Amino acid sequence: MDLASILLGGLASGMVLFVVSVGLSVTMGLMGFVNLAHGGFAMLGGYAVVLAMRHWGLPFFAALALAFLAVAALAALLERTLYARLYRAGELDQVLFTIGLAFVMIAAVTLAIGPESQTVALPEWLRGQTDLGFLSYRSYSLALIAFGAALMLALWLGFERTRIGAQIRAAVDNRRMAQSLGVDVGRLFTLTFALGSGLAAVGGALGAEILGLDPQYPLRYLVYFLIVVAVGGLGRVSGVFFASLAIGVLDFVLKFNFPQGGTMFIYALTLAFLLLRPQGLFGKRA
Amino acid sequence: MSAALLRTEGLCRSFGALEVARDIDFRLEAGARHALIGPNGAGKTTFVNLLTGLLAPSGGRVLLDGEDVTRLAQAKRVKRGIARTFQINQLFRGLTVLENVCLAVTERLGAGGAMLTPAGRRADVLAEATRLVELLHLGDDAGRRIDELPYGRQRLVEIAIALGLQPRLLLLDEPAAGIPSAESHILLEAIGALPRGIAVLIIEHDMDLVFRFAERITVMVSGAIYAEGTPAGIAANRDVRAVYLGDALDA
Amino acid sequence: MSLRAATLEYATRHRLRAWEALPWAAGLAVFFLFPNHLAFGTQVLIMILFALSLDLVLGYAGIVTLGHAAFFGAGAYTVGMLAAHAGWSEPLSGLAAAALVAGALGLASGWIVLRTHGLTLLMLTLCTMALLEQAANMGAAWTGGFDGMPGLEFQPLLGRFEFDVLYFRSQYLYALAVLLGGFLLVRMLVHSSFGRSLTGIRENLLRMHAIGAPVRARQVLVYAISAALAGVAGGLFTQANGFVNLAVLGLDRSAGVLIILILGGYGRLYGAFVGAIAYLVLEHTLAKAYPSAWQLGIGLALVLVALYARNGVLGLADGLRRRGGAR
Repeated sequence: MDLASILLGGLASGMVLFVVSVGLSVTMGLMGFVNLAHGGFAMLGGYAVVLAMRHWGLPFFAALALAFLAVAALAALLERTLYARLYRAGELDQVLFTIGLAFVMIAAVTLAIGPESQTVALPEWLRGQTDLGFLSYRSYSLALIAFGAALMLALWLGFERTRIGAQIRAAVDNRRMAQSLGVDVGRLFTLTFALGSGLAAVGGALGAEILGLDPQYPLRYLVYFLIVVAVGGLGRVSGVFFASLAIGVLDFVLKFNFPQGGTMFIYALTLAFLLLRPQGLFGKRA
Repeated sequence: MSAALLRTEGLCRSFGALEVARDIDFRLEAGARHALIGPNGAGKTTFVNLLTGLLAPSGGRVLLDGEDVTRLAQAKRVKRGIARTFQINQLFRGLTVLENVCLAVTERLGAGGAMLTPAGRRADVLAEATRLVELLHLGDDAGRRIDELPYGRQRLVEIAIALGLQPRLLLLDEPAAGIPSAESHILLEAIGALPRGIAVLIIEHDMDLVFRFAERITVMVSGAIYAEGTPAGIAANRDVRAVYLGDALDA
Repeated sequence: MSLRAATLEYATRHRLRAWEALPWAAGLAVFFLFPNHLAFGTQVLIMILFALSLDLVLGYAGIVTLGHAAFFGAGAYTVGMLAAHAGWSEPLSGLAAAALVAGALGLASGWIVLRTHGLTLLMLTLCTMALLEQAANMGAAWTGGFDGMPGLEFQPLLGRFEFDVLYFRSQYLYALAVLLGGFLLVRMLVHSSFGRSLTGIRENLLRMHAIGAPVRARQVLVYAISAALAGVAGGLFTQANGFVNLAVLGLDRSAGVLIILILGGYGRLYGAFVGAIAYLVLEHTLAKAYPSAWQLGIGLALVLVALYARNGVLGLADGLRRRGGAR
């Protein structure tokens, strides 16, 4: 495989990581809440798309939209009823709650649907190859890259140009000050949490070909999502973006050259990076 | 001129463009009874944070007994004899009053790292802790957890911990804040009972307490020392009255 | 509570109570009453030891780690590799080696990662464990890779008691003895001034600094001791079962011991006992039959504990006792 193919493959993986993890980063930066169940929302999104397409015959993009809305709604409900109770709680309680929630999600899916891997049926036009001139590559991967870039742009515009975006950035930087300036932090968080989980759902469905889709998904990839968020800096969309791409490409390259245990280097690098720069790429110093 | 117990030279601290401490030259003698007053946001607590090592200065020096402790970590400064109370209680919330005080006394005795003997066998720790608990009239609450106590009583535990460290220099950050007036005499007695050799610096807004306790007063405004002198001198100082004391003293 | 009562409680907390002999009597009773379940019993004893080690670091010092399996695995693999590659199969010295390696690993990683806190610390503990897991996977020549090292044989304990792979008789008593030793060590530490200072670190880190305690040194020390203990548990695992594989490392194992400690109650010595016994017995009976329902139940239990019963079973009992006594 030549360099361009490896790069594109890595970028595609990275984009999936980005779409899934960006929500996690923002909510962790906003509320300081360790949400280990985030991968569960991604998984639910994937399953929602599979079910919508298989049982209701919805076309791919309609199913994706449905998954986004359904998971976002579920996330908002969970946030209002359960998560909100633990914002003042210690880290341990948050870890316990979210691991428990992840278990519930995994078990529920296994009981309802079964432990097998699922595949997401991509629309016709994404299945083939696209000719880029210098290279012919999987359309699906190219679409992922395009989508990820578009999402990054949309989020960047949203954060920089809208009032809500400004409020979110302010609250991430200094929650108390934002509150005293009249920002309704509670409502903001429900919104961000729902949006972030919805995005994760989309990422879970879109990325099913790369990351797979089965009930063990949430815990299997948890470390990766956390790495991407920690390395990118909590609450920094650009940070998550670059970290995801870096990890995606690195992982791709390593898996190619050291199929057995190559990911060891990712953990080692993350360790080294976080030790030198605990606040991540763009985070602020505690 | 006697060597001061504590001295700062040109101590400054800024956060970006915001200067919270500006070129502070401060002296504290052994046995001093000194008060630090000023409007909210003047930088009094920041100054104490700089003295104790919780905050690192952007410039200047802190000297304890002639030794430059500017780069020294908090815990090491405590070992050199500085103890403080916090404006907002910093207590071991899930532990009892007695346990809180015992922890401080144990550390002072250098026994905190002992692994082989049970803590309960240290009669010296218990004796000293009991004495402090009784001094601050906390006897009835000794076995209760901090988070079960009213805020005012928690404040007294904060004092007990600082006293348990037997410091040479005691920094009290608004010790009376939160203590109901019916119990404030406990605080006054405890401070009054301090050995003469200890230097005490109090940050306070309660002018009654300040003028009863202090032998010297420093006024801080906007991160810098505005005025300094005896209580009478400060009370009479028209600029200080204008900027901070207002008419409160005329009452 | 009056001052006198409080002082008395403080001064006598470390004394052995009569009922503390019960768990050990029960442990021995199991040996005689359930001779066909000693293999399972041995696993329970090993997990109690592992949970005890985590309690030191999490329950007492308040260090939230999801990577404690790294030390369990380090101990397990040390014993395994020594037996498979160096012909070193004497059990007691094997355990000592496991403690040493795991402890050294704990000292090194603790010194590095305990500079951070919160999410970063959690991440770093996860990464350290994941790193070890991948290293074990990669170094198949040493560790047997994904399949691990089956069929390990160990010399008879003290030259006389053979490990029998069918009934686990010697292994059970061996594990019980090691657990007793480990427990006495933890108990001593917890009741010492060092142990008390750990609870201070847990309850208010800033205050500990402000009373002059060398916080980081204490944290690293307890982390290293806990790692060594976890390593002993891991070494026991390999010796008792006669094999070691990647399952000794990884999120499942770390999460499992965390759940055990939480459900039983952390920060109290016996929480590890209650948690391990309850969890493993339930798992043994329910999980085989209904694995997903089991996971659902555990998940719900964790959610409920996090929301309502932060201190586990023992904490609930404590709360009831306190409310009853207040009347």
